[in-house]
Amino acid sequence: MKHPGGAAARRPMTDPLDLLDVAFLLGQDERDIQRSVRDLLADRARPHIGRWFEQGHFPRDLVPELGALGLLGMHLEGYGCAGTSATAYGLACLELEAVDSGLRSFVSVQGSLSMYSIHRYGSEEQKQQWLPRLAAGEAIGCFGLTEPDFGSDPANMRTRAVREGDGQGDWILDGAKMWITNGGVADVATVWAQTQDGIRGFLVPRGTPGFTTRDIENKQSLRASVTSELAFDGVRLPDRARLPHARGLGAPLSCLNEARFGILFGAVGAARDCLQSALGYADQRVQFGRPISAFQLTQRKLAGMALSLNTAMLLALHLGRLKDAGRIRPEQISAGKLNNVRAAIEIARECRTILGANGVSLEYPPIRHANNLESVLTYEGTEEIHTLVVGQALTGRAAYR
Amino acid sequence: MKIVVLVKQVPDTWAEKRLDPDTLTVDRASVDGLINEMDEFAVEEALQLAEKHGGEVTVVCMGPEGATDAYKKALQMGVDKAVFLTDPALAGSDAVGTSYALAQVLGTLEYDLVILGSEASDARTSIVPALLAERLGLPQLTFASKVEVDGTSIKINRQTDYGHDVVEAGLPAVVSVVEKINEPRYPSFKGIMAAKKKPVQTLDAAAAAIDTARVGAVGSWSKVLDATVTPPRSKGTIVTDEGSGGVELADFLATKKFV
Repeated sequence: MKHPGGAAARRPMTDPLDLLDVAFLLGQDERDIQRSVRDLLADRARPHIGRWFEQGHFPRDLVPELGALGLLGMHLEGYGCAGTSATAYGLACLELEAVDSGLRSFVSVQGSLSMYSIHRYGSEEQKQQWLPRLAAGEAIGCFGLTEPDFGSDPANMRTRAVREGDGQGDWILDGAKMWITNGGVADVATVWAQTQDGIRGFLVPRGTPGFTTRDIENKQSLRASVTSELAFDGVRLPDRARLPHARGLGAPLSCLNEARFGILFGAVGAARDCLQSALGYADQRVQFGRPISAFQLTQRKLAGMALSLNTAMLLALHLGRLKDAGRIRPEQISAGKLNNVRAAIEIARECRTILGANGVSLEYPPIRHANNLESVLTYEGTEEIHTLVVGQALTGRAAYR
Repeated sequence: MKIVVLVKQVPDTWAEKRLDPDTLTVDRASVDGLINEMDEFAVEEALQLAEKHGGEVTVVCMGPEGATDAYKKALQMGVDKAVFLTDPALAGSDAVGTSYALAQVLGTLEYDLVILGSEASDARTSIVPALLAERLGLPQLTFASKVEVDGTSIKINRQTDYGHDVVEAGLPAVVSVVEKINEPRYPSFKGIMAAKKKPVQTLDAAAAAIDTARVGAVGSWSKVLDATVTPPRSKGTIVTDEGSGGVELADFLATKKFV
């Protein structure tokens, strides 16, 4: 056994962003997967991300490369999916969001919402038809739950599917979905609708008559990802378009839990990237004859952010281990998303202050991450709802329904 | 086709490196090791050739005990199996000793083609490919920016300062590649997880029939006698052009023997 205080302890901290040596807690596969994602993105995405954000450009060409790496639906088994641990999936989300929340959002929706909904609730035919193409990045998926008038309260959604011919014929789908990531570029949409038997899910391929999408153009957040409105006007679907194993609101909510798990890791990545940028800047920026990193107020900011970043990382990793052990509970995912996104947005804003006026430029990442995290704070369960989920877990009393 | 690709583990190019003052060799313990960057192009080329022509790729690596990152990366990229030569007697081998040791390992394997990077980012001697070909008695096709295999023959574009030469040889042969040749793949998640289950054969000097008198610091033909840290760059001379700038510039270049 190695002596405590041996060579590893004497070695200087090699990564100031990993103050607590959380990397030590990762397995070799997990580290290698994380590195592979980081390397690919460093070459293919990071040099362009500021421009993509500014121009509102979603890098669709990148999707097959993400597929080849194994990123899409990576924690699912079979059908061309890589079958990694949940923790490895989280680490991949972390690296994606360290570049941009928009890229991570694409992967979350593709893997955790679209592919997961098909993998868990779909028929064998649906899985064979869609999962290999979605995994390879040859097709893109989206997930329609939120509506213009129903965000936190999806149970009251208005989108409706009615079955013709005495409950034996086709389904007719009417309604609208709003704030749908990937909507305008999706080849298949998982759409949730009210039916006579409660909420059910349907796979609606692009081009189905009556199904149209409209991209939301004027958003100031997640600009490197596509967000759209989906409209269904008398869309006729055969019964084999229905996800046969999805019954009730629990089905879409279980998908959201998968996605939130990726988010609570991803937020750590955005925060890490901001802190990395601020550390570098504070070392270079000279005022009053010395680098601003030498000032106590700057160091207080940096140290506070490093503590917050590292505890968020430890929390994410802990939840990853719980998920891999098959014992994670929804309120724990809520706690993770709540804490880590909140921590990340605070770090992004604080880093912006260290960068001074340069902090508002897209030359540096903090303002972009801060803007992105405004969406991340709200989507996949708002800060308020996750607070109340934790509140309910503590008291046994539901305060929001 | 059976292809052997040779890789070396080197200290991270971006990390601050230092020489161990006692042995005057690179202090490998204080920095992270990873696959030599040029070798990733060799691995990629080997994989592409195997994908095109069918066959098997074996990675061979020589290094200190525990220096497993380089061949593991090759396995993660898709290479079928690994041979790892490690023996304390090999430490400090120069290029001549290294080429002998690698030739001995290759003597235990069957192959049609040996591929390696043109140089390692640590020592940068760039002569192992040629030395190895000589020891194996095989044609050397060095600095390849393109490789084509046709049955029993091989043709490469050899990168030169003025363009490229086309060089042909019969198989088996030794090919060294330059970065221009391809774009190495990123290890896929499936590749990373599958790599752990791939066969790795670890050899010591005896198992590869290596005469330890011919390798290591003892057996090396070259010896590092002394090393000094590069002095920090001194401030350059600034010439203010008052009509005679050109002359002064020419004089400066002349003192440096550039003109």
